[in-house]
Amino acid sequence: MRKLAIGLALLGLWSACKPGSDKKTLPIFGSRTPISKTVDGKTVTDTIYQTIPKFKFVNQYGDSITNKSLDGDIYVADFFFTTCPSICPVMARNMLTVYNTFKSTGDFKIISHTIDPKHDSVPELKKYADKLGVAGNTWWFLQGKKEDTYTIAEKNYLVAVKKDSTAAGGYIHAGYFVLIDKQKRIRGAYDGTDPKQVEQLIADIKTLQAEPDEHIAQ
Amino acid sequence: MKFKIISALLLLIAGFFMISCENEQSIEFKRYYSEGAMVYQSHCQNCHAADGDGLIGLIPPLNDSLYLKNNKTALACYINSGMKGRIVVNKKSFDGAMPANNLAPMEVAQVLTYINNAFGHKLGLTTVDQAEADLGKCK
Repeated sequence: MRKLAIGLALLGLWSACKPGSDKKTLPIFGSRTPISKTVDGKTVTDTIYQTIPKFKFVNQYGDSITNKSLDGDIYVADFFFTTCPSICPVMARNMLTVYNTFKSTGDFKIISHTIDPKHDSVPELKKYADKLGVAGNTWWFLQGKKEDTYTIAEKNYLVAVKKDSTAAGGYIHAGYFVLIDKQKRIRGAYDGTDPKQVEQLIADIKTLQAEPDEHIAQ
Repeated sequence: MKFKIISALLLLIAGFFMISCENEQSIEFKRYYSEGAMVYQSHCQNCHAADGDGLIGLIPPLNDSLYLKNNKTALACYINSGMKGRIVVNKKSFDGAMPANNLAPMEVAQVLTYINNAFGHKLGLTTVDQAEADLGKCK
């Protein structure tokens, strides 16, 4: 009897400690600064998270794509070039899995920035998309000034990666998929060459999709 | 009677030699094949995929036996010199570029033995001598 009671107590403890797996939230990467403001006569403190700033690129259809084009979307960003023989095909193969999983959900996009705009013109990107079987407006291949692409990559998207990476430079070539939420905050970075991490990315996108909409200070 | 025993013995010996010969060949094949799988992993798999399926319309698959057969002696050069331009594989047209590799003749022989016998193919062993001869004809 006594043994049973101990057993039950242990079981109770164990179940109390079990994390609520369906209530998982993703971390928010990047710097954050607290701000105080006065709302209705009271001082409240809010947090400004690091977000992806304004940008302007052109997609494979020749359309201008800005930060506004992604308003209300969860999206994944990566960096590649069409003639890259090493890791890009693996990344494309893995990104296709992500694309095929979410292409029919309305609030999701993928943007792949070319880091070789000289070769990867708009028609070249369109050809690449066609060869991958990518149509419609879920996956955009973006071209722009090389400096713009490198700046947004290193200063904005890959900050989450930089923290863990020991190698200086070369992040852009490291093949990361960066997950951005509807508020344009970085919520994850995944090795785009590793199918296991890409599986995690797919799970995390589903977690983000289930997050209630919120408005944040910008 | 004596003749029968002797011929039976001879047959047995011949059979034994045949089996051991075949074994030696199959051991050699297996050695090439398993080494070739490693070469494939580090030099080919990124693009052509672990299952040899390539990547949709971008990178051709390696599962077209007829293509491999028809280009048997050119394959070594395709690997080491790279490829450019339009090719038709599995009735599908591909127009891209494959980068050159710098594999030793032995590695070329090994990876060709792997490719020619993985992905549903049964095209046999490529020896290092064959690979060396084929590589000598590269443009």
